Parts: sequence; structure tokens; C-alpha cells
Amino acid sequence: MLSLLWLIPALPLAGFLLLALCGGRLTRPQIAWVGCGSVGTAAVTTALVATDFFRVFPERESYQQTLWNWIDTSGMTVGISWYLDALSLLMVAVITGIGFLIHLYSAEYMADDDGYARFFAYMNLFVSAMLTLVLADNLLLLYLGWEGVGLCSYLLIGFWYREPEYGAAAQKAFIVTRIGDTAFAVGLFILFTQFKSLSIQQVQSLATESWPVGSDLAIIVAVLFLIGAVGKSAQLPLQVWLPDAMAGPTPVSALIHAATMVTAGVYLIARMHHLFALAPLVQEVIAVLGLATLLLAATSALVQHDIKRVLAYSTMSQIGYMFLALGVGAWSAALFHFLTHSCFKALLFLAAGSVIHSLHHEQDIFKMGGLRRHLPWTFWTFLIGAAAMSGVPLVTSGFYSKDWILWSVWSSPISHRWIWFGALFGAMLTGLYSFRLIFRVFLGEVRTQPTGESGLAMRVPLVVLAFLALTVGFLEMPHTLGNVTVFSQYLSHALPTTEVLPGIDESSEVREQLAVTVAALLGIGLAALLFLPGSMVASRWTDQSTDHSSMTLVQAGWGFDRLYDRLFVRPWFSLTRHSGDMLDRGYEWLAVCVESCHGWMSHTQTGHVRWYAATIAVGTLMLLGLFAL
Amino acid sequence: MLSTPALVLAMMLFGLGLIGLLSRRNVLYMLLSLEIMLNAAALAFIAGGARWGQVDGEIMFLFILTLAAAEVSVALGIVLQLSYRFRTLDADAFCEMKG
Repeated sequence: MLSLLWLIPALPLAGFLLLALCGGRLTRPQIAWVGCGSVGTAAVTTALVATDFFRVFPERESYQQTLWNWIDTSGMTVGISWYLDALSLLMVAVITGIGFLIHLYSAEYMADDDGYARFFAYMNLFVSAMLTLVLADNLLLLYLGWEGVGLCSYLLIGFWYREPEYGAAAQKAFIVTRIGDTAFAVGLFILFTQFKSLSIQQVQSLATESWPVGSDLAIIVAVLFLIGAVGKSAQLPLQVWLPDAMAGPTPVSALIHAATMVTAGVYLIARMHHLFALAPLVQEVIAVLGLATLLLAATSALVQHDIKRVLAYSTMSQIGYMFLALGVGAWSAALFHFLTHSCFKALLFLAAGSVIHSLHHEQDIFKMGGLRRHLPWTFWTFLIGAAAMSGVPLVTSGFYSKDWILWSVWSSPISHRWIWFGALFGAMLTGLYSFRLIFRVFLGEVRTQPTGESGLAMRVPLVVLAFLALTVGFLEMPHTLGNVTVFSQYLSHALPTTEVLPGIDESSEVREQLAVTVAALLGIGLAALLFLPGSMVASRWTDQSTDHSSMTLVQAGWGFDRLYDRLFVRPWFSLTRHSGDMLDRGYEWLAVCVESCHGWMSHTQTGHVRWYAATIAVGTLMLLGLFAL
Repeated sequence: MLSTPALVLAMMLFGLGLIGLLSRRNVLYMLLSLEIMLNAAALAFIAGGARWGQVDGEIMFLFILTLAAAEVSVALGIVLQLSYRFRTLDADAFCEMKG
């Protein structure tokens, strides 16, 4: 069964090829069957491979499969080869499982769209590229998946290409992530020139052998890889593309945020953890970047009007938590938050899609309200998702993962106290902005009349994801609460264990957990106070518009768009407009040269046959003379 | 050695043909010169075949013969067309396709 591994990325690719080549001839149900079926069978294959993996490798080491040599030149051999260990198996399970639910949901959500086949073709390619990324055995294949993911995000964000602003959003996502990709590629080149190999495992073991901790090359390569990860995962300073990426259809946002694309950066850092262990300085940078992003995104999420933009900023913030965990060396905690986050974020996006669907594509939360009675399924699932995201204690998965991260930050030897306080404040903000959405959208009076609850294909994924959002947290519980360590044991062979400061005892863990609980509940309480319809403050706030200049700054994601526009875009445009002539001169001179040469040479074309015969004879003589010499 | 005089003859024939091709203005005479050059080349092949006792030279001669026949048939057609259109056989008159 393990040999079926290659089928996992191949099946969605086959689905893409089928839909891309003859999607026009298929009926809509057929398209939906192919689109969902390819990812669904990939998920089933994953389950088969996983059971066999556990049976064959009880210690969960790793399994490699080489299909064929992709590039084979002297000094470089790159194979199409897959690498399965606990880490990649976890990623594959999430990508295919959540991906399948999102595909199922899209089958109904996109039912009225003209580009039905095109949509599913892109989605399948997206899943296939992401699977290639996480299963790749060498960095070049990983890079292929990395770029494929970037391409598909471009295609899907600009899916409704008739709107020019959507196209601009797609281009923005493509160009901004390209900055990271370039850095990643340079890092890859450096690794290859140093070790003459691109195999992830081989490169890392060679690096650990030959580079001392903190050496220049290790830091340079780690920084380059970090820039790549930051671009894909929408962290500071390359985070500007993610809020605009909401231009795509809602299932696309769910796929980008939960299963594919933005988690690629987290995966890359976790996969290259030996390399990052050689550069402790870079690890600290990762932690600080994560903290800065999570606070920046959480404050921006508080003041957004668009339901999807709130969720986009919340993703940025949650990925910030993952980066923070990676930065303090809590590898398993980061991956655990990835698992819970992909469940509740997919749930939130799909539920938001259900709201948008029933309100005729209205996305402004100030025009929503009172949807609780009209959309009961959506309301309850959204409530579960929001509770999981804000980390409501004991019952939701988000609590366990966030608590683990915060505990690791508290107890890690390479962290600082102020980082922990920042992250705690972020947890409070998470509760605030998640429940602001709940109170604005589902409670209060009805502002836009909804068309009613959506069909079965959209409700089933919601319910399944809600169930997962509540229960996956029980895979790992702190030892003050049940002491379940299924998840950390599962990853113990793929990732190093988290270091804990000596002298940290259980009582401080209880105190830390209480702080996390209080922060989450405080955020929700504050949200109730500020935004619950009927509360004193809420009635005063609705009168005031949020158009203060400070508000608009936060709303625009702290003005990074404007900053980059001033710093890079406008200077570049002015450069191309004015002093491009200097460069043009050279090329113009070349053109003049070629033209005069042409005029001179064309005199030899006399049209006289005898002249041609003579030149042929002379030419032959000269050639013979050359040979004779 | 029999082949040396044959090669000298072939060289002389080739030179004569080339001079004729370059100096004659009448298209028909140019064709004639071309035939002489072809035959010179064929003679060189025959001489080579005789020198090494190989049959390849004779085979090449047959090829050249065929080539010459084909070439003449096409060329004569062109000559007919030229004389019909320009009412002359002067090669220097057909110089409309100059650069």
C-alpha cells in the first residue's frame, strides 16, 4: 500500500488534466464528480498509505519512493521522488481531507458560475501542487510545488477576471510572493553550490556536519529561506497580498488559508529545522516577526468592514502564532496549531461563504445582522469556528493549540517574557474580533433579507469541520489537563522535542493556562460589551462612524500598502518614464549599426546569376584553402 | 598510374566549365558549361573508383548522370519561360531580383 504514495499528488493532477482538456464537453454534475472525486480518492489513498505507514514503520521513521530521474546531468541528479514521514503525512492528510470538504462545498457554492470546469481544474491543480510541495524529497521538486501553488493562487484570486481590481489583486499576490520565491531560490542555489546535492535530508545532515552553529553561511541561507516562507505565509513584511486575495471566490480563500499556500511557509521552516537550528539568531527573528504580524493583523481585523477581510487578517494573525512557535523551537506546537487552525479556518470561511451566498454576495458586516434565525446551521458552525479561533477553554481545539504555543513561549530558553505578553494580548484580541463578527452578523436586527439556508453539499462540510474544530484539540492536552500526548509523540521522530527551561514547574503552568483562559474570555466579554446589539456602548458606537484617520490607518493594515507604493512602485514608475532614454541610446545605436550593415550587404545582391556563381566559386576556393591550411 | 591523367583532365574540364559559366552571357551556353563541370566531377569519381578498385565511384557516376538529366529538364523549362517572357537569352538582363 505504501507504494501507492505517488498516486496522492497524481490523482488531483489527473483531475486537473481531465477538466482542463475536456471540461467543456462535460456536464456540470460530471465536472463536480471529477473535481471532488480526484481529491476525495487522494484522501482515501492517504488513509490507506497512512495505515500502512504506521504498520511498516512503528517508529514512524520515513519512507522514500523514487519514480524516475527528472534531471540527470553531470554533477546534478534530481529525481521525481517522494519522502513520507510523520510531518509530511500530517500535511498530506490535512490538505487532502480539508481540501476534499472544500471541493464538496464548492460543488454547490459555484453551481451558477460560468467557469465551473475552469474553477475545479484550478482547484485540483492547486491541491496537486501543494501535495508535491509537502511530499517532495528534494528541494527542486519542493520548489516546483512552491511555484505551482503560487501560480494557482494567481489563477484563482483572479478567477473572476472581468473585474480589473480582481486581476490587480491576483497580480499583487503573484508579485509579492515572487519576492520571497526569489530569495528562496537563491538560498537553494547556495545550498547546491556548497553540498552538490538538493536532497532535503542529505543537505541538512551535511550542513549540520560542516557548518558550526551561527556560521555566516548558515545564517545567510536561513534568512533567504525565511524570506521565502514569509512571502508565502503572508507575514511581515510581505503580508500585503493576503487581504487583497479575498477577491477570489470564498472556497478559494478557504483553500488558500486552511489547506494550501499560506501554510507552505510553516512547512518549509519545520522541514528545514536542522538548518534553522544552526542559526539561532534567525530563529529569534522568526519569533519576533511572528509576534509583530499577529498583533498587527489582529488590530487590523478589529476594524474591517468586509467579513472576508476580517478572516484574512485573522489568518495572518494565527500564522503569526505558528511562526512564533517555530521561532521559540516549539516545532510540534506550531504544527498542532496548523492542524487546528486549518479545521476552524476552513470552517469559518465556508460558513462566511454560506452567509455571503444567502445575502446575494453582500460582504459588508454593517449591512448584515440577525441571521441567527434564518441560517441556524451556519450560525452554530460559525459560532464553533469563532470559539475555536478565540480559544474558548476546554471544549475547543484552538484552546489546546494556542495554550501549547503560549506555554512553549513561556518556558522556552530562547524566548523573552515580553514576547509572551504580546502573544497573550494577541489572544485577547482574537476573542474580540471573532466575536465582533458573531455579534454583528448573526445577532441584532435583520438588515439584508437572506434567501435561506444552503443545500446539503454546503452543510455537510460545515458540520464535519465543526466537529473537527471541537475535537482535534483532544489529540494533545497539557499534563495539567489529562496529559494526552498523541500528537507530540506522533511527530517525535520528524521534529525535535521542545526544550523547556530548567526549573519550570507545574504550578507556573497552571498560572500560565489561567492567564490564557482569562485573555480569551476577556476578549469575548469585551466584544459583548462593545458590539452586542443593545449594550450601552454598542448603541453609542454605531452612531460614530469608523472614519477617523487613525481608524483608516489600522483598517488599511497599518498603511503598508501606501508605504510600499511610495517606496517601490512610484519610484519605479517614474524611473521608467524619465531616464529610460540612457539605456535606450545603446540599443538604438545597435539598431542603427545593424541597419547600415544591412544596407551595405544588400549591394551584393545584384540579381546577376553570373555574379552569384562567381561568389560561390570564390567561397568554395576559400573554404578549400582553409581546409588545406 | 592511370588515375593521375584522368584527374588532370577532370580538373581542366572543371576549370573550362567554370570559366565558361562566368564569361558566357547566353543562358544556354551557361547550361552547357554547367554540364561540362558536372561531367568533370563524374570523371573524378570514375578515376577514384578505378584507383581504389571500388564500385562506389561508378555508382556515383550513375547518380551524377541522373542528376544532370533532371537538372537539364528543369533548366530547359526555365530557359523556355525566360525566352518567352524577356524575348532574350542574355543572363544579365534577368536582374530584377536585386537587393
